[in-house]
Amino acid sequence: MTTTTPTTTGSTGAARRAPAPGASEHRSVKTGSVAWMAIPAVAFFVLFGAVPLIGVGVLSFTQWDGIGAIRWLGGGNWASVMTDPVMYKALGLTFGIMIFSWAVQTPVSLLLGVFTAGTQKYRAVLAVLYFLPLLMSAAAISIAFKALLDPNFGLAASLGIPVLVQNWLGDPTLVLFVIIFVLSWMYVPFHSLLYQGGVQQIPRSMYEAASIDGAGTVRQFFSITLPQLKYTVITSSTLMVVGSMTAFDLIFVLTAGGPGDASRVLALDMYLRGFRANQMGPASVIAVLIVLIGLGLALFLRRLGGKDANSSQMEGL
Amino acid sequence: MSTTTQRSAPSRRSFLGAVVLAPFAGAALSACGTSGPGSSAADAAATEWYLSGDPSETITKNGVAAFNEANPDQTIGLTFFQNDAYKTKIKTAIGAGQAPTIIYGWGGGTLRSYVEAGQVDDLTSWFDANPDVRSRLLESSFGPATVDGKIYALPNETVTPIVFFYNKALFEQVGAQPPKTWDDLLALVPVFTDAGIAPLALGGQSRWTSMMWLEYLYDRIGGPELFTAIYDGEPDAWSAPASLDALGKVQELVAAGGFITGFESITADSNADQALLYTGRAAMMLHGAWTYGSMKTDGGDFVSGGSLGWLPFPTVAGGTGDPSNAVGNPGQYMSIYTPAEQPAKDAALKYFTDGIMADDVLQAYIDAGNVPIANGIEDRLAASDDAEWLQFIYSTASGAKTFTQSWDQALSPATAEALLTNIEQLFSRAITPEQFATAMNATLGQ
Repeated sequence: MTTTTPTTTGSTGAARRAPAPGASEHRSVKTGSVAWMAIPAVAFFVLFGAVPLIGVGVLSFTQWDGIGAIRWLGGGNWASVMTDPVMYKALGLTFGIMIFSWAVQTPVSLLLGVFTAGTQKYRAVLAVLYFLPLLMSAAAISIAFKALLDPNFGLAASLGIPVLVQNWLGDPTLVLFVIIFVLSWMYVPFHSLLYQGGVQQIPRSMYEAASIDGAGTVRQFFSITLPQLKYTVITSSTLMVVGSMTAFDLIFVLTAGGPGDASRVLALDMYLRGFRANQMGPASVIAVLIVLIGLGLALFLRRLGGKDANSSQMEGL
Repeated sequence: MSTTTQRSAPSRRSFLGAVVLAPFAGAALSACGTSGPGSSAADAAATEWYLSGDPSETITKNGVAAFNEANPDQTIGLTFFQNDAYKTKIKTAIGAGQAPTIIYGWGGGTLRSYVEAGQVDDLTSWFDANPDVRSRLLESSFGPATVDGKIYALPNETVTPIVFFYNKALFEQVGAQPPKTWDDLLALVPVFTDAGIAPLALGGQSRWTSMMWLEYLYDRIGGPELFTAIYDGEPDAWSAPASLDALGKVQELVAAGGFITGFESITADSNADQALLYTGRAAMMLHGAWTYGSMKTDGGDFVSGGSLGWLPFPTVAGGTGDPSNAVGNPGQYMSIYTPAEQPAKDAALKYFTDGIMADDVLQAYIDAGNVPIANGIEDRLAASDDAEWLQFIYSTASGAKTFTQSWDQALSPATAEALLTNIEQLFSRAITPEQFATAMNATLGQ
């Protein structure tokens, strides 16, 4: 390691200083010499990503209670899961929560991000406050909300606000809105941070030119900020969508899938089948489904960005 | 931004990443190799995982400390986990071959799955060689420890039947008598509702809390044979007339507003259901005998002031079950992990003989308001501050014609999970008794 380090940094430095002529030769040499540097990352991915994934794929064709011997079953798990109404309900719930939480989070975090990107002092102070939820773990947030929403000993009961005394976590419909609210409360700060960064990258000259042309704040937002944030929106949406495919910790602590199976999303369905009911086979089927759907959605969202997703948006500037 | 810079930047970053991550890789890989958490457990002869939460946490900690002092060569290393986390963790640990020497549990269906996988030792011959260990314990506690005629676990700790609790002060306030029959109970619902008091506390989100109602109703209406048929996997056992009757009665109680509004979102883990009873928001509660201790600690003068009342579960007109029958946990169970080293097993068995049900431990349980599963403790119970309560539990446990183990412990994990999900839907009236029976019939014999 130590012997190669100076060589690498040296060539990088050289490339930085003289980028244009002969850069291609430099590049090809570099590609050869730095490929090994990917080994740790690849090793980690193979060890903790690919191998378990293959393992889960194999397990989905077996019968295993997590303790005893693993027996080959063939397609039995797939047939039973694919005809199980519980799985379809979980799938529907997952998509429902995904769409609603995206629809709530995107506008809120976009506006918050644009707001906090301003240079005024009070905005910086507010930004710090907005980002506080980022510091808390999902489990802590769930436990706190669970206590606050308790119909008998919670916030509403203590403050004596009858309107807020609802069966928040016990009503099959209401519980979904509570989950979307808590999810948004937790993740909006993160996405605001993305948008804040995105907004700060937009050159001031665009806004200056727009105001000279007589565009107001609203017009500037829709004609400059929003189009310039296209890729930030796509990144943030991808994170939200794929994230809600695997949303587990928060819902598990908050409702454990209840009441009944009213909030049993796909990730929870997988956990309950595998670790509560000890049926690793069907649980693995769900896991494979989650991977496939998540992957498909991520690719689809990337497509939305167009084929030239990596090109510059600032040509002519 | 030139392309070259763009390319070189990641390569430098990944190099730095490699340097920074290298020690983590080492740590992560070596972490895979260590068995069980907790530094105190590292140099002990045998290991045990146990549940956090008093009074049993402190009692076990003290009991093990006393045992370790007396047996410095055969010490037990204790690690504590939260109840639900433990249940998942122990299964995973056994599957991964990393379980502690002593496997703590509740017997029944889960123990059977360990036995079938060859993960726990057959203790039958050990009990034959140590008859005094066996004769110390209540005979009724051995049922859930026995799989196919062989004993795989040492019953220990306390017997905790499910008890019908009520708040005496609230009954005086409305001028009512505690219910002796199911009809009495239904008649009490409007009495308390009109007084602005919830009739029954229930931590419905925990699901096994709702299950306790069914356990008793099944027994009172159809006798213990009804659940035995289910346990044995007889076809359509869940749709027997007595079964449908019991399911219908529960929904009748729910529909009448018997359970506190919002019971579906109350959890038993936080003891919120007990708090409803001792703060006077609910008049009655069906719960495990273990709640006596926490109501005594948390409820101010509720228990010491004599406001807590208890009864056997009400009888049901026309039911065939003996009124002395009880349901609940006949004991807790400890098994020996088969892959453990022999010295560790020896230390564990020594602890089984001398440590776990030592006199001081028994006394500590009695002082905390629990009834240990030991024979010949009547005098000690009578001498306790909680004599009335302890004698009630002791007579319930030893006088029950049949003591049915909690369903979710007796059944296999897969069936138990399906049962709990369906019970939750039954209580929220999302499904009818017939739908419940159909769904559960599909799990029979699994």
